[in-house]
Amino acid sequence: MSQSTGRTLSEKVWDEHVVRSAAGEPDLLYIDLHLIHEVTSPQAFDGLRLAGRPVRRPDLTLATEDHNVPTIDWDKPIADPVSRTQVETLRTNAEEFGVRLHPLGDIEQGIVHIIGPQLGLTQPGMTIVCGDSHTSTHGAFGSIAFGIGTSEVEHVLATQTLMQAKPKTMAVTINGSLPEGVTAKDMVLTLITHTGTGGGQGYIVEYRGQAIRELSMEGRMTVCNMSIEWGAKAGLIAPDQTTFDYLEGRPEAPKGDDWDAAVAHWKTLVTDDDAVFDEEIVLDASEMTPFVTWGTNPGQGVQLGGLVPSPDDFEEPADKVAAEKALTYMGLEAGTPMREVKVDTVFVGSCTNGRIEDLRVAADIVKGRKVADDTRLLVVPGSVRVRLQAEQEGLDVVFKEAGAEWRGAGCSMCLGMNPDQLTPGERSASTSNRNFEGRQGKGGRTHLVSVPVAAATAIRGTLSSPADLA
Amino acid sequence: MDKFTSHTGIGVPLRRSNVDTDQIIPAVYLKRVTRSGFEDGLFAAWRNDPAFVLNNPVYDGGSVLVAGPDFGTGSSREHAVWALQNYGFKAVISSRFADIFRGNSGKAGLLAAQVDEKVAQRLLDLLDEEPGATITVDLESRTVRAGSGENAIEDSFDIDDYTRWRLLEGLDDVGITLGHADDITTYEATRPSWKPVTQRA
Ligand code: SF4
Repeated sequence: MSQSTGRTLSEKVWDEHVVRSAAGEPDLLYIDLHLIHEVTSPQAFDGLRLAGRPVRRPDLTLATEDHNVPTIDWDKPIADPVSRTQVETLRTNAEEFGVRLHPLGDIEQGIVHIIGPQLGLTQPGMTIVCGDSHTSTHGAFGSIAFGIGTSEVEHVLATQTLMQAKPKTMAVTINGSLPEGVTAKDMVLTLITHTGTGGGQGYIVEYRGQAIRELSMEGRMTVCNMSIEWGAKAGLIAPDQTTFDYLEGRPEAPKGDDWDAAVAHWKTLVTDDDAVFDEEIVLDASEMTPFVTWGTNPGQGVQLGGLVPSPDDFEEPADKVAAEKALTYMGLEAGTPMREVKVDTVFVGSCTNGRIEDLRVAADIVKGRKVADDTRLLVVPGSVRVRLQAEQEGLDVVFKEAGAEWRGAGCSMCLGMNPDQLTPGERSASTSNRNFEGRQGKGGRTHLVSVPVAAATAIRGTLSSPADLA
Repeated sequence: MDKFTSHTGIGVPLRRSNVDTDQIIPAVYLKRVTRSGFEDGLFAAWRNDPAFVLNNPVYDGGSVLVAGPDFGTGSSREHAVWALQNYGFKAVISSRFADIFRGNSGKAGLLAAQVDEKVAQRLLDLLDEEPGATITVDLESRTVRAGSGENAIEDSFDIDDYTRWRLLEGLDDVGITLGHADDITTYEATRPSWKPVTQRA
């Protein structure tokens, strides 16, 4: 790249972290923050042990227990032996290698992508990795954040670096403003249906435009979280006053002179006017409406006001076949209005929509109402802090009075690794990020939805938006 | 990772093609939290068949697996390589490997030697005729040798230069990066002091 060309935000962050680059080799990239959880770390630590290597920077490493932990009786021993072993192994490893751990029962415990931002550890301009694909969440702060595999976890533990080929850059510009009642989740679900699940393959994506600027940090995290669902390596948003306001005063955010120095630097983290992206997509937020999935991947979505599509609606033969398979699995009839689809379980939670803002929105909708007779509403806060905050605001009471189950923090029904699972054929409306076959339990049928849609669906028992509530 | 220059060991014939990683180690064995101990799950579906090759005491201590074509297809699980290594295999010989398996092998220090289909067949025949015969895989000269006299087999095997270099030097990914430890230390000295830490000294 010539000197006169401007750089994109992601290129700036990338360049700041190159430890070593050599022609024909991937860059050696420094990692500012390494997040760890019980499922993908055990073999990485064992690899260190076998090779007699220490963790290079325990002070840039943070561990928590989230994927596999129970959301009830969390003060009792974990019943499932495999989960218990994983959790106990993380505890031993953290102790042995000097890594800070927030275990079950700790006030900072929670989903790894919720606690990083909450503690103020996630800051603009960082490189952040974790053995979990939704690490892209942290990109909401203007960081390059992506998921890695177990052998890479070991590599980062040992060297605090990763070998990485530089991805291409893409801009997703979302102009206009979201209409009332339409959320960041609807925005990203619309985008994924627009691009398909592979549309972002090989790219670091920068989300920009008026509608993105107008989002809260929570909304930005929801958008970045689902970058992986359309194949992107990472997604990020330039830091601005909203970002700084969110961070200021958080436990691990810079203080005093450090804060000023940090903000001064963060303000340089914007895409230059003359920078060129490898690819650009433009969408209009003002045309967006509540959006839900009907199929078995996040790109099979439709407006809530729309109909279950028919395989004939698709031009590509592969899409036709995929649609047919998905409809069979989902037990849906083409042409059925989405609003008539009956839902058994509503799940509000996950790193996509398990933050305090999400719970407030949900509580506001169910307040003074009752969950439909044949429907169950499961509300799982993303972290212990979120749970305590919600309880302080009385949201737990609102949920319980409406007939919902109020749980402890964790990934829970997002991936169905702990006992919170769908039974075969059971249908859910879920605020999480993946609707793959069996994701929420064997044979379970998942519709991805926004928080307002989830809450309204719980009340009416069929896919609904708050506007449908009398 | 140990350096690999040349290895001679008892050859174990696995007359099957398209052995995928689910057959090498079924998913139920993946719950372990270590990188060792996976030998009990190796070829688990076949192990309770008394006629299965690993149940023949002649092959006790076998360390060179000779398999049919398309070895290691299926899911990318690294456990497949660990299971073979944990059992005691140092090298696998086949006329065709799945790419991911080949990559995972190189990273973990298991030699995946790709030979001509005829050579693989001759090795299998030799092991049938002389159960317990040894095979030598020489990484320096990229040759595989077995048998003697009329039955002698000597031929080359394919392995890419980069993987060969790593195996010869005994370098895993971490080892290679630690070769640049000075660069990492230099970089660390330039990081702004306000960058967040998870624990203070
Ligand atoms: S909530 Fe779901 S997507 Fe997020 S980290 Fe947990 S399992 Fe992964």
